[in-house]
Amino acid sequence: MLDLKNIRKTFNAKTVNEKVALDGLNLHLNDGDFVTVIGGNGAGKSTMLNAIAGVWPVDSGSIIIDGTDVTGLPEHKRAALLGRVFQDPMTGTAATMQIEENLALAARRGEKRTLKIGITKEEREGYYEKLAALGLGLEGRMTTKVGLLSGGQRQALTLLMATLKKPKLLLLDEHTAALDPRTAAKVLEISEQIVTEHKLMTLMVTHNMRDAIRYGNRLIMMNEGHIILDIAGKDKENLSIEMLMDAFAQASGETFANDRILLG
Amino acid sequence: MPGAVAQGLIWGIMAIGVYITYKVLDLADLTVDGTMATGGAVCVMLMLNGVNVWVALLCAIFAGMIAGLLTGIFHTAMGIPPILSGILTQLSLYSINLAIMDFKANQGIAVTKYPLIVSQRNVRQMSLSNPIFITLIILAIVIALLYWFFGTEIGCSLRATGANEAMSRAQGINTNIAKIIGLMISNGIVALSSALLAHYQGFVDVNMGRGAIVIGLAAVIISEVIFGKIFVNFALKLVGVAIGAVIYYIVIQVVLWLGLNTNLLKLLSALIVAVFLAIPYWKANLDAKSSGKGI
Repeated sequence: MLDLKNIRKTFNAKTVNEKVALDGLNLHLNDGDFVTVIGGNGAGKSTMLNAIAGVWPVDSGSIIIDGTDVTGLPEHKRAALLGRVFQDPMTGTAATMQIEENLALAARRGEKRTLKIGITKEEREGYYEKLAALGLGLEGRMTTKVGLLSGGQRQALTLLMATLKKPKLLLLDEHTAALDPRTAAKVLEISEQIVTEHKLMTLMVTHNMRDAIRYGNRLIMMNEGHIILDIAGKDKENLSIEMLMDAFAQASGETFANDRILLG
Repeated sequence: MPGAVAQGLIWGIMAIGVYITYKVLDLADLTVDGTMATGGAVCVMLMLNGVNVWVALLCAIFAGMIAGLLTGIFHTAMGIPPILSGILTQLSLYSINLAIMDFKANQGIAVTKYPLIVSQRNVRQMSLSNPIFITLIILAIVIALLYWFFGTEIGCSLRATGANEAMSRAQGINTNIAKIIGLMISNGIVALSSALLAHYQGFVDVNMGRGAIVIGLAAVIISEVIFGKIFVNFALKLVGVAIGAVIYYIVIQVVLWLGLNTNLLKLLSALIVAVFLAIPYWKANLDAKSSGKGI
């Protein structure tokens, strides 16, 4: 379960660059919900994910993940509950460390790190199988430095790292935006496979309306820092891009004139 | 020449400390200029007051770690950029080091009266008391311990912090704690080197750490240029850094033989390091031009 209650966040408050990023954001997710998030540039999609992850503190409101109020917790403590994949493939992995070392770091998310050995033999065997399941041939390159992988491979690895230790909530922040269409499709496929397999509660931000409609059981649209549209179940299954654009026009009182989204 | 090797090895221990902050944690830590005198000061003063040599050495390492802790607190708890944090600690250490040394600029310790671990006097002897031999053993112990540590869960979290902070936090690593631990280990090692250097030369001087960071960086860079492709393993990289320091001291020795004024040494060191730091940048620019793509 995830509860966002009346979240507010203003960047550069009281300066000329003041920007209200989250403006009374409310959201409730049930366990197992796979929610896609769309909205124009600056609508607050990524800001919402960063607020949940604790990249910076929010100005007001509360964030409750699986019954734990995390509003006052620093980022590294919230990490125990969260799996995250970022837009930039560089952000999710440590380039100068090996594939298996990256996985070993992720396997210890939320656990106390001690002076025990950083990666055990049994672990390695487990990683081999999990990498093989990705179907990218990474299982044969476990001691390769991650910096040598392609963007798509890094995102797939980050997905695996985010879910190696089952998170209460998976945050996918436009994780296919930096990839070419074919690789993006492959990474999305892997994402869905992992989410379904572990029944993960997931928030997936995307710029692509088609993906937003196709994946997940619920779709939310954001504008000016809060949610203006929330479609679930049967309604979502019957959704089309035209319907979404009409709905946006009605809900926000303006037309959806954002090329990046239209082209999706 | 044996003198240059012995000195190079002792500074090699110091350079390994620099390697941990500069390469593993990706922080340029200038604390070491102060710590490179603190270790010697603590060790010598304790020994002059009758403390056992090994206890004095441990205290020296501990003092270095406290200095690293202070820089870490400046950086993480007070939000001061790492370079400035190091400079602040380094400056404060100047006074602290003088205080440790009874407010004298230097303090001697005679090898005839005290059981020094290494001494310049034995550098040409073919015996177990030869400082080259003893320093090699200490180096091996330091490298073995670091190799073990950076393979542990905590050690891995330090490497991850240096590689990608955002990712480390997303994986639940407290990056502030990781940086503090790294700074403490680094400065502990530098203080050990400082204590050995004081033993070796038979005195501690409040200025003996001046420019230490540049010597450390020189050793790290020399090792990268020469052994970068062959020494991939972490332990071998540390060995490479120690060899880098030895090469640096041999080069200095040769330059002095050629008749360079000793007072110009620091200028020479700084220029050499500046050029070596610039090489990767120039190389990247050249590559971009020759591939015709620009950057």
